[in-house]
Amino acid sequence: MSQNTKNYYLPGPSFWPAIAATALFLLAGGFAMALNNIAPGKLLMVAGGVIFAYLLFGWFSEVIGESISKVYNKQVDKSFRWGMGWFIFSEVMFFFGFFGALFYARNVSLHWLADAQLLWPGFVASWPSAGPAAKEAFTPMAAWGIPAINTLILLSSGATLTWAHWGLMKNNRKQLAMGLILTIALGATFLFLQAHEYAEAGFTIKTGIYGATFYMLTGFHGLHVTLGAIMLTVILIRVLKGHFDSHNHFGFEAVAWYWHFVDVVWLFLFIFVYWL
Amino acid sequence: MSTTTATHHDDHAHDSHGHPTGLMRWVKSTNHKDIGTMYLWFSFTMFLFAGGLAMLIRAELFQPGLQFFQPEFFNQLTTLHGLIMIFGAIMPAFVGLANWQVPLMIGAPDMAFPRLNNMSFWLLIPAAFLLLTSFFVPGGAVAGGWTLYPPLSVQGGMSVDMTIFAVHILGISSIVGSINIITTIFNMRAPGMTLMKMPMFVWTWLITAYLLIAAMPVLAGAVTMLLTDRHFGTHFFNAAGGGDPVLFQHVFWFFGHPEVYIMILPAFGILSTIIPTFARKPLFGYASMVYATTAIAVLSFVVWAHHMFTTGMPVAGQLFFMYSTMLISIPTGVKVFNWLATMWKGSMTFETPMLFAVAVVFLFTIGGFSGLVCSILPVDIQLQDTYYVVAHFHYVLFSGAAMAIMGGIYYWIPKWTGHMYDEKLGKVHFWLTTIAFNVTFFPMHFTGLAGMPRRIPDYAQQFAEFNMISSLGAFALGLSQLLFLYVVIKCIRGGAKATNQVWEGAHGLEWTVPSPAPFHTFETPPVLK
Repeated sequence: MSQNTKNYYLPGPSFWPAIAATALFLLAGGFAMALNNIAPGKLLMVAGGVIFAYLLFGWFSEVIGESISKVYNKQVDKSFRWGMGWFIFSEVMFFFGFFGALFYARNVSLHWLADAQLLWPGFVASWPSAGPAAKEAFTPMAAWGIPAINTLILLSSGATLTWAHWGLMKNNRKQLAMGLILTIALGATFLFLQAHEYAEAGFTIKTGIYGATFYMLTGFHGLHVTLGAIMLTVILIRVLKGHFDSHNHFGFEAVAWYWHFVDVVWLFLFIFVYWL
Repeated sequence: MSTTTATHHDDHAHDSHGHPTGLMRWVKSTNHKDIGTMYLWFSFTMFLFAGGLAMLIRAELFQPGLQFFQPEFFNQLTTLHGLIMIFGAIMPAFVGLANWQVPLMIGAPDMAFPRLNNMSFWLLIPAAFLLLTSFFVPGGAVAGGWTLYPPLSVQGGMSVDMTIFAVHILGISSIVGSINIITTIFNMRAPGMTLMKMPMFVWTWLITAYLLIAAMPVLAGAVTMLLTDRHFGTHFFNAAGGGDPVLFQHVFWFFGHPEVYIMILPAFGILSTIIPTFARKPLFGYASMVYATTAIAVLSFVVWAHHMFTTGMPVAGQLFFMYSTMLISIPTGVKVFNWLATMWKGSMTFETPMLFAVAVVFLFTIGGFSGLVCSILPVDIQLQDTYYVVAHFHYVLFSGAAMAIMGGIYYWIPKWTGHMYDEKLGKVHFWLTTIAFNVTFFPMHFTGLAGMPRRIPDYAQQFAEFNMISSLGAFALGLSQLLFLYVVIKCIRGGAKATNQVWEGAHGLEWTVPSPAPFHTFETPPVLK
């Protein structure tokens, strides 16, 4: 393996992209079949999921190996920074779409339904609402219980992660590992409380537009917290193995960026989904 | 094993070692040129397939009454024609051109993330497979139009799910590809190539990639809501639960209108490359071209509801979207006048790429003007869902995007293959395409203004003559693309040897490397003065 760090590192031929396409094909095709009750659908999904996990493990192992063998120069590092930044921007836009749906429902569609009075006379626009055809009343989620605690937890996790970063910069490995462990623990607590909140909720995803926007927004956010926690765990394992130093730790920073992004999304969720 | 290819310039043993031959060369490729080639062939295959669907549509519309197909199947044809042409033909063709040309134009050794680049391509295959096989599942393919509006798309069969997942996978492919292109452009330029020295094609792709990253996730969100409405009991698009079918249209077109510019900005870049070459003058108003491209991108996010004038919007909203839409014609006009000024007093020759470029300037402008007509609120209420709209968007998408792609392929193919294409046949292909295109789509302005609705397999007697003319033109247009295939294959197999510069008036880094461009180029970055 040549290690000319003067030049931009170009990887040799790789099988991973084709494996990724296969995994997503099995997942998508299998899901489509499962949704329509066609027999091997679930089996295909499982196969796709297994291949996908193998893919993530294998591809990232390869990249980490390349990083350790120091084939990446400054310019490659910069590419990773641009790449991660734009990836997070795409995630922002994904959430933007769902927030758009929430604002539209609250400010436009419910008012029109109330103004029209055609199909459902007597319907009054208010939030939260399960829509004009809802038969039973439901209890919406209160902001100042678990959600407020969860806000504190996520904000603290952002602080512990920054504390870990300081440890890395000062070459204090103990502080680095401790900070990461605390962050992961806070993330796991958040997820546990979120699951508890779901279990105790007085409504479901089928409870009109309120239930739909609530569960889709908080659900996708929870999924991102889960991913972030998994990524942090990988970083922790790498730290324990002695990876990263104060100059060379983009893997850590990328995950930290992602974690802060998830944090910010939560603040918007807390304000617009739970509170106001 | 992976090696830093940059250290082995002339080491052929390394080349054969590092780069498998046969099928694996393509499956495992991390080379921007090979991946670009795959994108272009994929695109052409889809172009012929979706073109075949268009031939079936025009066969049904050849005469009034139902000739060949039931209305349900006709709707599947129009839906899949649109979806495949947009996501399978035009977008991948532009990505293929970007793959080939962007690293060559900015003096980069490859794309910033070669493996992700390959993944962007291979994700297209499962997505295309899901779309194409959806014809054969119970209930047939999606029939609600490429826009997938609910409630039809909520009620449809399994093919809707397949389309939703195809859109998800295409979205991942586009986003990953765009991140790659943006990173390449920001981080891989040769020393001395400042942003304002970049070739226009690179500039337009930079903006396009930004639009893709901003718009595709919103589409992914929209179809995800569709999926949960279909299977998991949400009420996003159901008024009974407080949702609204129009919500889907808002979210969809928030993606959909930037998508329109995603499909035309790289075409503008191609024109800005070809026209200076054959006018033998530098591009007129380079800086204003950059600003115009940026302005179009910004405006494209605030015009989406002009697709929805008839859905019942407050008048204030309608007026806002009418005026913001009209504003877009200003930066677009800047571009058209810049191209004209580039040609002004140039010593022009009309090889095939230039013929395509000039035709695109002319025909796209017609499409732009019919778009301006559609933006006028009271007029649009008459024109909504008529053949006038079909004429409008084929003038921008076929004689804008597709013909610019063809021009770009004629322009760059000597660099890719090392051979000149058959100039005579290229010109025949150009004239057949241009004439047949106009015969097909110009009459649709008349049928549309007279009120013929789109997406209907039958029509009133009064439209019979114009539809017969359109159909004859369409068959000629379809057949002439086979000539294009022949010219391309002939050029790959042989032909006059191309020089490095290929075109007398061509400038830029891509013309400093040999033709055909070697497997690896610019391993040590060139320095610009």
